[in-house]
Amino acid sequence: MQEFIQTVVNGLQTGCLYALLALGYTMVYGVLKLLNFAHGDVYMVGAYIGYYVIHWFGGPTALTIPVPLLILIMFALAAGGCGLLGMAMERFAYRPLRDAPRIAPLITALGISFVLENSVLLLFGGFTKSYSTPSFISATNGIQVGGVSIDSVEILIIVVSVVMMLGLRQLVNRTTLGKSMRAVAADREAAEMLGINVNRTIALTFFIGSAMAGVAGVMSGLAFNQISNTIGFLAGLKAFTAAVVGGIGSIPGAMIGGIFIGLSESFSASYISSQYTDLIVFGILIATMLIRPQGIFGRPPLQKV
Amino acid sequence: MAQIGIDEWVARSGDRRDDGSGWRKLLARADARVGWWQRLALVALVGLIAGQLLTNVNTQTVAFNSLLYAMLALGLNIAVGWAGLLDLSYIAFFGLGAYGYAVLSSTATGSGGTGGIHLPAIESIPLVLVVAGVAGVIIGLIALRLTDDYLAIVTLFVGQAFMEVVNNIDPGTLGGVNGLFGLDPLHSFGGRIESPIGFYYLALIMVVVLAGILHQLDTSRTGRAWRALRDDPLVASVMTIPVNKLKVMAFSFGAIVGALAGTVFAAQQDTVFPTNFTANILILIYACLVLGGVGSIAGAILGGLVVTIGEQMLSSPNDAGYLFYGLILIALVVRIRPWRRLAAVVGGVIALGFAAHAIVAAVSSSAVAGAPGSSGWIGSAVRDYVIVPANPATYGNVLYVVLICALILLMRLHGTRRLIAVVPTVYIAACCWESRLIVNPAITTQIMIGAILIVTMAARPQGLLGTRRVETLQP
Repeated sequence: MQEFIQTVVNGLQTGCLYALLALGYTMVYGVLKLLNFAHGDVYMVGAYIGYYVIHWFGGPTALTIPVPLLILIMFALAAGGCGLLGMAMERFAYRPLRDAPRIAPLITALGISFVLENSVLLLFGGFTKSYSTPSFISATNGIQVGGVSIDSVEILIIVVSVVMMLGLRQLVNRTTLGKSMRAVAADREAAEMLGINVNRTIALTFFIGSAMAGVAGVMSGLAFNQISNTIGFLAGLKAFTAAVVGGIGSIPGAMIGGIFIGLSESFSASYISSQYTDLIVFGILIATMLIRPQGIFGRPPLQKV
Repeated sequence: MAQIGIDEWVARSGDRRDDGSGWRKLLARADARVGWWQRLALVALVGLIAGQLLTNVNTQTVAFNSLLYAMLALGLNIAVGWAGLLDLSYIAFFGLGAYGYAVLSSTATGSGGTGGIHLPAIESIPLVLVVAGVAGVIIGLIALRLTDDYLAIVTLFVGQAFMEVVNNIDPGTLGGVNGLFGLDPLHSFGGRIESPIGFYYLALIMVVVLAGILHQLDTSRTGRAWRALRDDPLVASVMTIPVNKLKVMAFSFGAIVGALAGTVFAAQQDTVFPTNFTANILILIYACLVLGGVGSIAGAILGGLVVTIGEQMLSSPNDAGYLFYGLILIALVVRIRPWRRLAAVVGGVIALGFAAHAIVAAVSSSAVAGAPGSSGWIGSAVRDYVIVPANPATYGNVLYVVLICALILLMRLHGTRRLIAVVPTVYIAACCWESRLIVNPAITTQIMIGAILIVTMAARPQGLLGTRRVETLQP
């Protein structure tokens, strides 16, 4: 029982991170019908920004500011930096290709992902960097549930993710920006004719999606301690799977899908084998594609001639 | 040419204008006159002569590698270029071929370094190709239900799954992370190929034969159907083209070519490692195809040669300078016309550099104390040109970021402003190159491969030799 609860908590933690990443995929896919391969690498850049914020303020063992403030600054800088990165990507790489054959922006996205990964390698070196979270957030001060201790980082991740997801939901459903995002997703040309600034909407969508990826990157650093320039690849793949399982283009779908993938990963790691978690996620993806290609919350696509 | 009347002559004026003038026209004429098979024969002849000229083992291996990548690009072109399916599982078939050959011609299945299967190449290679073809059919069947982006990510996962399998399942047979080594040389009918030059000729024959077969396929009914499928699957299916069958065929054929390249690769390397089949190599193959021209056989071959030779040049500090400064010069010559402006820009770049160096040297001598990364005459030529401080790492990193911002800015500017902005950008690029990029040739190569994909797609989506395609209908 104790192991079971621990597994659930671990699954929720990674699941929240996947959900945040999956939201970026699904939003960009919604407005542009583009799969942004570089999204996972934006997450990686976020993790690096967080790492350098820690070192800016004295390093993990000799922090010059209180921990909550530090975490706030990490989130703010990672969100801002990654958001701008996402906007720049959209503006300079994807926008010129908006009317090109479908395969062109996909190849560009592969190229961007590769350039980002290797630029980070060039700038910051190839060593795995360590956040050393335990030296400034003690692993013991958490809460006890049924004999299982949930440490504060896990609580932080789950709370922040839920708050961000709820905020995003409000943004999409209640604000003018959200309305124009939905309009662009439904029909870009019609939205343009109705006076919606499509370019601005798409740019802001990229900003929001990438900012969430950046925050997820920081939280992954806090949770798993180790970051390197290649963490974006697998995380991106799994988050995409989450988006597909939930139904691509659907925001609640991305959240549920992310948590589902996180839970299945942690259950397969603790009850089957940790070596094959990636294969199991892959199996889920294939099964979803074959059984219900539109995902849990998606609607089957209507093909227009 | 048949006599044509005045109306036709007027009607063709557009074509004549497109033909261009001067050497371009001559080139286009010559191009139109030489048939496809003559060209292939020419390529084979050039390859044979090159083989005679390659005396050193290193250059022979580089030549083999470039032909190997040409072969890989040719196989990738079937699914990506002709059928329009973004197949990212291609690397898994390359790996399947290599591992298949390795298992069938080494002590992998035996115990204690003896025993195992040792089939001659004439048996093992066809066996591997059949397996790869079947695997391609299976992946193709999964792919049937998916469109563009979904297909891309699922196939990317296939490549990842292949890595997991060879890394984790049965390390006794597949070697796990250590790979398999000590493979038999390629042998059949009592003959064997072991020398680098032998592998070069083998690869040359394979590329030429493969290009011939693929050309036949391209101009066949199947080839035309693939292109119809690529342009619009829905219309193609309305035209009674068997879309599903063609998709599976494209995957399967691509898989077979990839596996063939894998077998030759394994035999030449004498070893296989899981790291030979990572996503990095996949991107490299994509860069070959995209640079050469998606959908073009000649483009795939050219792309393979150019990218592999470029990669090789980058890894040696002597040649990397030629590549870098040569590329900048070519880009300037191609993009800036007329020649007066070109002369002004080149003059400006040179003057700016020496002026900046002189000013910085006058202010602080330690800021220019470092030696440029290039060696040879380029290194001594740019010694008083680029600013390289004694400890260039941090400075180079900053310059790299500045360079990327400058390139982005350059894209936003037009006309005279762009022309003026080119001058400092080129100078920043030179400084960054000498202080940072050339110091890490491996990373620089990877960045450049990614840049090839982005730049080609933005500036010339048809690549060097492809034909431009117009999207008629957006879904």
